[in-house]
Order: sequence, then structure tokens, then C-alpha cells
Amino acid sequence: MELYQLTAEKLSAMLANKECTSEELTQSVLRRIEAKEPEIKAYLTVCAEEALKKAKEVDQKRAAGEKLHPLAGIPMGIKDNICTRGIKTTCASRILENFVPPYDAFVMEKLHAADAVILGKLNMDEFAMGSSTENSYFQKTRNPWNTEYVPGGSSGGSAASVAAGEAVVSLGSDTGGSIRQPSAYCGIVGLKPTYSSVSRYGLVAYASSLDQIGALGRSVKDVAMVYSAICGRDPHDATSAVREYPDFAAGITGNVKGLRIGIPKEYFGEGVAADVKEAVWKAAKALESAGATLVEVSLPSTDYALSAYYIIASAEASSNLARFDGVKYGYRTQNFSNLTEMYENTRSEGFGAEVKRRIMLGTYVLSSGYYDAYYKKAKFTQLRIQDEFNKAFEACDLLLTPTAPDTAFRIGEQVDDQVKMYMNDILTVTVNIAGLPGLSMPCGFDGKGLPVGCQLIGPKFSEQVLFDVASCWEQQNGGFDLAATLA
Amino acid sequence: MRREGDTMDLKNYELVVGLEVHAELNTESKIYCGCRNAFGMEVNTECCPICMGMPGTLPTLNEKVVEYAAKMGYALNCTVNPVSKQDRKNYFYPDLPKAYQISQFDIPLCEHGWLDIWVNGQERRIGITRIHIEEDAGKLIHDDSFTGTLVDFNRCGVPLIEIVSEPDLHSSAEAKAYLDTIKSILEYINISDCKMQEGSIRCDINVSVHKPGEPFGTRVEMKNVNTFSGAVRAIEYEAARQIDVLEDGGTVAQETRRWDDIKGQNFVLRSKEDAQDYRYFPEPDLLTIVLDEDKLATIKASIPELPNKKKVRYIQELGLPEADAVLLVETKEKSDFFEAILAAAPIKAKNAANWVLGDVSRLMNEQNRSIDDLGINPAQLAEIISLIEAGKISSSAGKQVFDEMLQTGKAPAEIVKEKGLEQVSDTSALQAIVVEVMANNQKSIDDYKNGKTNALGFLVGQCMKASKGKGNPALMKEMLLKYLEG
Repeated sequence: MELYQLTAEKLSAMLANKECTSEELTQSVLRRIEAKEPEIKAYLTVCAEEALKKAKEVDQKRAAGEKLHPLAGIPMGIKDNICTRGIKTTCASRILENFVPPYDAFVMEKLHAADAVILGKLNMDEFAMGSSTENSYFQKTRNPWNTEYVPGGSSGGSAASVAAGEAVVSLGSDTGGSIRQPSAYCGIVGLKPTYSSVSRYGLVAYASSLDQIGALGRSVKDVAMVYSAICGRDPHDATSAVREYPDFAAGITGNVKGLRIGIPKEYFGEGVAADVKEAVWKAAKALESAGATLVEVSLPSTDYALSAYYIIASAEASSNLARFDGVKYGYRTQNFSNLTEMYENTRSEGFGAEVKRRIMLGTYVLSSGYYDAYYKKAKFTQLRIQDEFNKAFEACDLLLTPTAPDTAFRIGEQVDDQVKMYMNDILTVTVNIAGLPGLSMPCGFDGKGLPVGCQLIGPKFSEQVLFDVASCWEQQNGGFDLAATLA
Repeated sequence: MRREGDTMDLKNYELVVGLEVHAELNTESKIYCGCRNAFGMEVNTECCPICMGMPGTLPTLNEKVVEYAAKMGYALNCTVNPVSKQDRKNYFYPDLPKAYQISQFDIPLCEHGWLDIWVNGQERRIGITRIHIEEDAGKLIHDDSFTGTLVDFNRCGVPLIEIVSEPDLHSSAEAKAYLDTIKSILEYINISDCKMQEGSIRCDINVSVHKPGEPFGTRVEMKNVNTFSGAVRAIEYEAARQIDVLEDGGTVAQETRRWDDIKGQNFVLRSKEDAQDYRYFPEPDLLTIVLDEDKLATIKASIPELPNKKKVRYIQELGLPEADAVLLVETKEKSDFFEAILAAAPIKAKNAANWVLGDVSRLMNEQNRSIDDLGINPAQLAEIISLIEAGKISSSAGKQVFDEMLQTGKAPAEIVKEKGLEQVSDTSALQAIVVEVMANNQKSIDDYKNGKTNALGFLVGQCMKASKGKGNPALMKEMLLKYLEG
């Protein structure tokens, strides 16, 4: 057994018991990166030197008897839309190809304070727009279960690196499913936390009202450990909740007795693959046998969620991405003779097709004369979806659904069919629209041997319940089988 | 139609003007980050990743900005909305690093107010549509020493309020009075430095003309007006331009024009067809602005009597000439001082005004100090004025007491006593002086009798001199007259 194969939970205990050092662990993961990266292509930047330096520092602190955070010395990867001081933060876009932020995101400050070891920056769909990580300007990340397949997206690098043992845990961001769907495709655990529980300061904005940073890991406890480390009030994010949070990892009981698990029928409709339905049902039944009750609930506006999501997200994106204009930082075209041309050519050359598509869509829906028909209606739909969730949570404590309608698809398979690509998000966007926490856990495999993801959705700030339920399933299932990918 | 005080001939047209005034607030820090709100610093030293719009950064609202803007709202008789929101105004320009300005669109902080202004001897009420908060943009730098354009981000995120008037102004003189009044109120409630040369107040002007009884004409917006006198010139130029167009049988185009104060002309900036679509939408990075009742009440209670109201009160209730009233309300310190004198003793307002605008203002100019820093106790100045009014000392003795008081800090009564400055109002004591002056000035007596009445002043002066300044001049004048006429 190599150190890179172990969970953060196990490694944290080993480090504490001095069964291994962070330097040994970091070296193990760096060797794994070296070995697997040519195939997986999860990283855009690897900071081997800095990671080892940090690992040694942590080992010294531990040797000196300092009281350390559970994540101290654990090597992790960071999605490349989270600002890291002194380390390139590209959002997988040509327009930020050489952007080095002079500041850290709030979550990075938290991770540094916890003495986590930062391995590098992970590939993603450009500006987090996409469901396959194929929209990266730099490279296509492969699914560790089958490298012909996409790892999902937009946090494809975050999911693939963890599934391949190239990071123990990672940070991703989720605007419409960007943590949960790749977690499902790569057979790992991913949490999209309650909106406002993790500061967005330093997360390069895609859709401000929907974006949320979250954690990916190979066990429920690992994800809970990372979430505990990054959540909390940040005075620099006005939307950050004023709230105290418990130690989620320590609080996991795995007890589901008496919990009412809602099964929303709209999430098991025609478009969902039979293999997926079957695997998800298996998990539901296992939870039932562990003492939970299954109740059928209805979320009738689910059909409108995807349209509402693409309108709201694109509208905000068109404004958020306007700052990439070639004036201050990032890419600037060589080809211009006046200001307007500089803007037009910089943005035409600097952004990829999907980003341009969403900027145009967002610009259109906010235009005078169209605002009421699109943006306003979408915001109204958002309220309706929120109401329906609130109502559903009167009848149950959490919801259980598939994370995505199907398992991973082949690289290149869906790039020409945008609607099909957007359908990947149909079961996850509602969670962002309602600001709820959502967790994806692996629940088996399809006929092709690709992992299936099961999504748990709870009321705001119910992460502890989601961890308990996921942990119950994890224990029954005997942990998630990663032998195939970690070989 | 020509109104009194107008400097231009409107050729039987009516002029309609609405103003949008942008005022920079003098808060310590910027509106959405912790950078200092300071003018005149070295280029790009008062900025940070937030006000430079770096990726991933987020704004947080400086609550002082809301408080200051709400103050102006109450000062302009607005409804201050307990709940308002912030919106993004999207447009590309190199001085706007986020490519959107955070402003307020459909629910501004303040609405539905009014402002009374004093023009040509009467009060006029001008409607205030709204006041909202927003952030300023940076500055582009062009210089012969380099090619291209550079950007200074120091001004990015400086808090602004935009005060939008109703189209209630009908002459350039009214617009000037409106602007002057806005400026004095901003200074009175101390929320803006109002330094025109630093661009801390700027305005956009909407102008249209129409024939009496007809609907409003097409509105033209003028931008880049940075001084109040420039506003007057811009309005007069634009009104004349529109009237010429109409008189020539043309129609006024709806457009935005740029005022060039040096050329004294405006130029088309963009036509209606090219009007920008700012794609306003609610700012998702900021929360709704909520002001509870207590907070609103506290802000409202902090508004002092404002200069425009004070001025009218001074004219109408205290009977002061308009010129005096205008000067007295110039600053809050000056009018506070004036009112403190009045409150300290039952003296005539005009006498108090004369002192404040005379000797006190002279001292302020000489010493280049504010009125509060001169070390004058208003109650003691009131005492001096009372002594003069009661005839106990002459006004020249009053000035002597004033100077002595400033130098020694002694009480006026004490100084009068020490220096023996009491005015003599005893006719028997003055009799000898009058007789002596009459005896020594036969020529003046002859002059007076020959109709040169100003000889009387000379004789009074001689009496004052002989009494060493202590004789009551009014009494001596009366006694002199008795002899001369008798």
C-alpha cells in the first residue's frame, strides 16, 4: 500500500502518530502525479517544490509538539479558478494564461492556516463553464476509470486527481453541478455546500449568486474534514453567513434511524439511464434497511430549472467576465488600431466557444426589452423552486436522487450537441438555484464499469445530515472501491 | 419668455432644465473596500485588488456611505427607503476595471424630495426625483511624454451620490441657485468636500425648450460640466442652439452632447440610436440595504437647519438684508456663531450681523482661520454690542474693547471700566464740550447755516474728539442741532 492511496482520515491519524511524515506522503503523491499525469492531465500547475517545503515545515512543527489541524500535512489540489497568491490562476482560459494573483482566496488562507500542503492547480472547463472539462484552453483531463471518457466538469481536474491518487483531497467549485457531476463520473465523494457557508472571496466568479466552493475526496469523512476547514464567516464576502460551524468530521455518526428520505419522482424520469436508476435505488434501499424511511415527494418545477439556471448563470457571467478586457491583466490581442478593436479582438481571441456562447446569451437576456421576458421570469422560477424545496422538506429530512442522468461519456461525444451537454446538469442545478447543500457519493457501476453517483440534497446548513447518511451508505458498502483507479 | 435676472433672451420659448449632480462623499475609506478615500495621492497608490476589479475579489459596502447619502436624503426632504438595493450598470471603458459600475437602479436609497431655492428675491421649490449611491471610476491619463493612455485607479470606488432633480428649473439663474444651494447643504451636513477643482462635484444637464402652453420639447443631455459657472454657460448655449434649430424650422434631436467649456460649445457624443444599454441587474455580490427605524430616526435628527431655510428666516424673521443673509449662511460655523451672539443678549440682529460680517470676518481673513479658531466668545461679543446699543459705550469704543478682549481675554465690562470708556450721556457734562466746540468752529457753523449740512458731522466729530471718544454722539448731535437751529 502506497501512502497516496490512503484517505485523509487515515493519513491524518498516521501523521499524528508519526507513522509517516508529511514529506514522505507528499513525495508519494508527487511521484504518483509524475506517473499518472501524462495519462490523466488533471493538473495545470504542479508546485512540487513549494509543496515539499510546506510538508517539511509541517513535519518540523509536529516534531516540535505543536497542536496541528487534522488537515496539516495532507497534500491537496486546488481548482484553477481559486486565487492562489504567487501561483498562476488561469481558470483554464487563454485570457488568464499568465495571471498570477497577488492575493489568496479566503479558502486558501484557511487552508494555509490549517497547514495543508498545496500540490498545484487543477484543470477545469474554462471559467467553470461546462460538464466535461473539454472546454479547457490547455488540455483535456481523462477519467481515471477509463481514459477514453471525460471526468465530468467543470471540476474535472479536481475529481480526476483525487480518483487517480494524484491528490488526497481537492477543492472544486459548483455553480450548477460542477463538483457533484465529476465526483459521480469519477466515483468519489463531492460536496457542494450551502450557499453562503464558504466564502467566495478569491473564487473567480462565474455566476455569483450560484457559485460555491466545495470539497472532493475518496471518503465522506475526508470531504467533511475539508469542508470544516474552509467554511465560516468572511467579512470580505457580503453574502457569507454569520454563523458558527461544528467539526463536521468529528460529528459524523452514520446513524440514519428515523430519517425520512424523500425520493422526488421528477428526478427518476425518462432521461435517466436504467443502470443509474438501479444503482441509486440500491443505495436508497440500503439506507432504508439501516433505519431510514423512504417517502415519495414531488418537485413539479424541476423541468424549468435548467432554463432558469442557464438564464441566471449566463446573465451574471456576462457581467462577471466583462472585466477580462485586455486593459489591466491577462491576454491582450496584438491586433488592434483602436480601443473598440482591442476589446473585441482580445475577447474574441481570449475566450473559448462555450464562454462566448454564455456571454452572448447572458448579454441578450439582460438587454432592455428582454430583461422581463427572461431574467425576471428566471428569478421568479427560482423563487418557485425554492418554495417547492421548502415544502418537500416538510415531508422529509433530505432528498435522494441520481447525481447525473447517466455515467461518463466519451471524450468528444457531446461537444457538438450543446443541449445534450447541458442535460448533464439537469439533476444538479436545482440545488444551486435554491442555495442548498448537495453531496454526490458513489453508489455502484454501470454496465461499462463506470461509476454511478447518488445525490443527497438537504435543507440549508444540513451538511451534517448529508455526511451522516453518506457515511452510513459508505460503511454498508465497505468504503468506495478505488482499487481499479488507484492501481 | 424673459424672466428677471436671466442673462439671455429666450425668444418667447420656455426653458426646462433638469440636473443630475454627482458629489463625492468625504468618507474615510472607499465605498466597497478599505482603501483610503483621498485626493491628490501618487498615481495608483490608493487602490487594492478589490477597487481594481481583480478576478475573484468581492465588494463589501461601507455603511458610512449609506448614512451620508441618507443624510442628504433628509436634507432634501426625501423619503429614505428602509430597503433599497444595488445594481450593476454594465459598460466597457478603461477607467472602469470591473466593466460595471455598482449603482442603484430601480430602488434608490432616497426618493420624492424637494429643495427650496432663493432666486431673484423669492423662494422656488424644485423637485428631487431621487438620490442614489454609486462608485466613482478611475481616471485616464494622457500626456505628451508617452504614447497611448494610462489609467490611475486611485479614484475607483470613491463613494458618490447622484442627486437627480425634476425638470423644474426654468432659467440658467435658477440652475445656478439650485447648484449653489446643493453645494452649501453638502457642506452644512459635512458629507462632501465640494472641491470643484478636484472634481468632487460634477453635473449632467438635461435641457429642452418649448413654446408656452405646448408640451415639453425634446430633451438633450449634456455631460462633462465641471463648474457651476460652466453649467450656466452650457445651459444658455444649449437653449440658444435648440431655439435656433426650431426657429429655422428644424427639430431637436434626442442625443447626448459633450460640453466643452473652453470652446464654450457642445458637441454630439451619441445619438438616441447609439444610446448604451447598460443591462442593469441586481448586484449579486451585495445584500439588500436595510435601515431600521431607529437608524433612520438618528440620521434624520442629525440634520441641522439648512442654509437655504436659514437664509429665508434671516430675511423674513430677522429682517436682515438678503446680502447679509447670504453671507451669514455661507458656512455653518459662521451662522452658528451669529446665532450664538443673538442668543446671548437681546440685541438687534442687524448689529450682530454687522459685527460678524465686519470685524469678525476681517479677522478671519487676516489670520486665515475659521471663525471658531479666532477665540471669540460669542457671549462677550454680544455684551459689547449690548453696551453700544444701550449707549454705554460708543461704537468706536466698542471696537477698542473688542481688540483688547481678543488680546487679553478680559471681560468687556472690565475693559470698559479699566480704560474708562463709559460713554457720557449726561447733558450737563457734555454742555461744556458742545459750547467749547461751537466757540472754536465758527466757520463750520456758518457753513451749516449756508446749507452745507455735512458740517454737522464735522462738529459732532470735534465734540467726540474733545470728549476723548466718551461722549454720546447722538446726544451731542442733538445738542449741537439745538444751538444751530435755535
